Amino acid sequence: MIRLLGILIGLGFVAVAGWSLAWGVGAYVTEEHEESVEHRFHKEPRDIAYSFDGPLGKYDHRQLQRGFQVYKEVCASCHGLSYVAFRNLHDLGYGEEEVKAIADRWQVPVPSVDPKTGEASTRKALPADYFPNPYPSEVAARAANGNALPPDLSLITKARHGGPAYVASLLTGYSNPPAELPADSRPGQGLYYNPIFPNLNIAMPPPLREGQVSYADGTNPTVPQMAEDVSAFLAWTAEPKLENRRAAGWATLFFLIFATILAYLAYQNVWHGGASRRVRQTGPLDPENMAKNDEAKSDAGIAG
Amino acid sequence: MSFPWAEEYRPKSGFTRWIDQRLPLPRLVYGAVGGGYPVPRNLNYFWNFGVLAGLALTIQIVTGIILAMHYVPYDQAAFRSVEHIMRDVNQGWLLRYLHANGAAFFFIVTYIHIFRGLYYGSYKAPRELVWMLGLVILLLMMATAFMGYVLPWGQMSFWASKVITGLFGAIPLVGEPIQQWLLGGYAPDQPTLNRFFSLHYLLPFVIAGVIILHIWALHIPGSSNPTGVVVKGPQDTVPFHPYYTAKDGFGAGVFLILLAAVVFFAPNYLGHTDNYIPANPLSTPSHIVPEWYFWPFYAILRAFTVDFILPAKLWGVIAMFGSIILLFFLPWLDPSPVRSGNYRPRFRQFFWILILDILVLGWCGGLPAEEPYVMISQVATMYYFAHFLIILPILSWTERTLPLPASISESVLHGEEAEAAPADLSGVRPAAAE
Repeated sequence: MIRLLGILIGLGFVAVAGWSLAWGVGAYVTEEHEESVEHRFHKEPRDIAYSFDGPLGKYDHRQLQRGFQVYKEVCASCHGLSYVAFRNLHDLGYGEEEVKAIADRWQVPVPSVDPKTGEASTRKALPADYFPNPYPSEVAARAANGNALPPDLSLITKARHGGPAYVASLLTGYSNPPAELPADSRPGQGLYYNPIFPNLNIAMPPPLREGQVSYADGTNPTVPQMAEDVSAFLAWTAEPKLENRRAAGWATLFFLIFATILAYLAYQNVWHGGASRRVRQTGPLDPENMAKNDEAKSDAGIAG
Repeated sequence: MSFPWAEEYRPKSGFTRWIDQRLPLPRLVYGAVGGGYPVPRNLNYFWNFGVLAGLALTIQIVTGIILAMHYVPYDQAAFRSVEHIMRDVNQGWLLRYLHANGAAFFFIVTYIHIFRGLYYGSYKAPRELVWMLGLVILLLMMATAFMGYVLPWGQMSFWASKVITGLFGAIPLVGEPIQQWLLGGYAPDQPTLNRFFSLHYLLPFVIAGVIILHIWALHIPGSSNPTGVVVKGPQDTVPFHPYYTAKDGFGAGVFLILLAAVVFFAPNYLGHTDNYIPANPLSTPSHIVPEWYFWPFYAILRAFTVDFILPAKLWGVIAMFGSIILLFFLPWLDPSPVRSGNYRPRFRQFFWILILDILVLGWCGGLPAEEPYVMISQVATMYYFAHFLIILPILSWTERTLPLPASISESVLHGEEAEAAPADLSGVRPAAAE
């Protein structure tokens, strides 16, 4: 009875899904398929080799410091880094005094309260402070950027497909729109053509130009170099515990593999070892075991 | 327990005897997972996955309780508190990555556990209630995982909660009030986040309770086995401890190695990039997708695109819930007396088609709702319902099954008959089970 009912209900579901399928096939056959403009002109991020790639990779602290310099001198005027504190810069190899100095000289002061009047005021940043936002509010940020909102960069490499390579490719991906780009997809007022960006047109003007920063370690500040450095820095801001994680990972894996080998040997020993054969020889129905059971039952005060 | 050949608990010391006479807890443990639970000796590695699911739940509860000490269920602070855990809490990154990937692994082992039950007919009499309680656990797991995914209050959290609660809005007449009741408002907001946190903390303990019932119901008939033949006597079984505790120890090691490999070296592989963007009710992500373990069901939901008496959306919701509800009736849809797929050649073919079908559904569910993926998911949806509601009932009438072994020991001892003369079991090695 349930089977008959089941078959009827099953036929019902198959029929309704098939009805949707028939319409879908009909539409698919009759309608024309146009490749979307975004799909046609979009470019994938280029392959970039980072020092922190792969299970053994580590951050290159000199590169992170260069990337921080690019962030500080270029990106920070529009983009916040609100989940990172100045004290975290110790991880990049800066000393106590250097971090204090960086916080002290930061362009944007930290919101505070005037201790005398109690009115809202600002003060210089301390190492314990998080990077202050360049704009006091989202409204102010949009007003200053033609209604576009510069995203916070703390997590940007984890929040975009392609990670740091996407960020670096985007920074170097600006070009003139190709001639065959349809008119309605051309960059409008305040937009710039960048085929790495999913929409093709991005509100951020090309931020990097040759020699924009002068690196303390003498590295040549080309645009691709700066883009790679700042994307590596942003990989660190998004995943500051990467090196701890991998070190702990290797230790854990070695331990687990060792423990699992022991567990396997124990398993084999239980199933094939000498001790188990003795258990198998008798078995619970063995008269000797039955007697032991009866004894156990009477010990525990259970009848039967 | 209820087996005549089960070993009786025997206190080893005066202290355990004293305890046992007042609170027979040692007796309960001994009978449930100790030497007093006789288990078929021919179980293969697929029988490890129940214990692995229990291990996964334990990891979730332990990491979850510690995460809850640092997490703030407040819409303005939730995302930041998760980043605080990742950056400033001692080993917080490990706790969070373990919890997020642990959920995925919980589903992996549970799905394998379910597929094992489907293939070996573990849902059949006398284990119908074991199967149905297991499905209750699956539904609770889905609710828990969904609400947990909302808690970080990222973009996918927010929009997934909107889409999933929107499913209830498709119910005629009462749908919208139900949706508002679930959300605590017209859209996901602070009340949603707060109640989801509360329920996300509660449900795992409900799951643990239903697991106790699941195991209790299992211990009445005892575990099934790859032949599906009932246990005939003590020669067919080995005690759970040490035989299967040792085997489960090895299985748990392999499970933890795989979990650690993902947690430490690819912790974001199974996640979605958009959930690292804080929730923004004014910006809809281009593709809203749930976590991967919901993709097959999401594909079924989206396969119904055309109104047919009822609105298409309602059909999708009915089919999605129906795809799990129908499994409750499986013991009666497939009453073939042969349990194991090993002795059902036709069933076995359809079983592998079903596995492929569910993988295709999962693949479609993770992709945007565009052609040709919608058409593919429609074909796969038709097969899913046809498999359980049409093919299995007909098979159970018409299929010619293969001859079953007379007993578990016979199936285990192929080629070793001489050694296994009934009068002398001394040469029998359980190793032949593998």
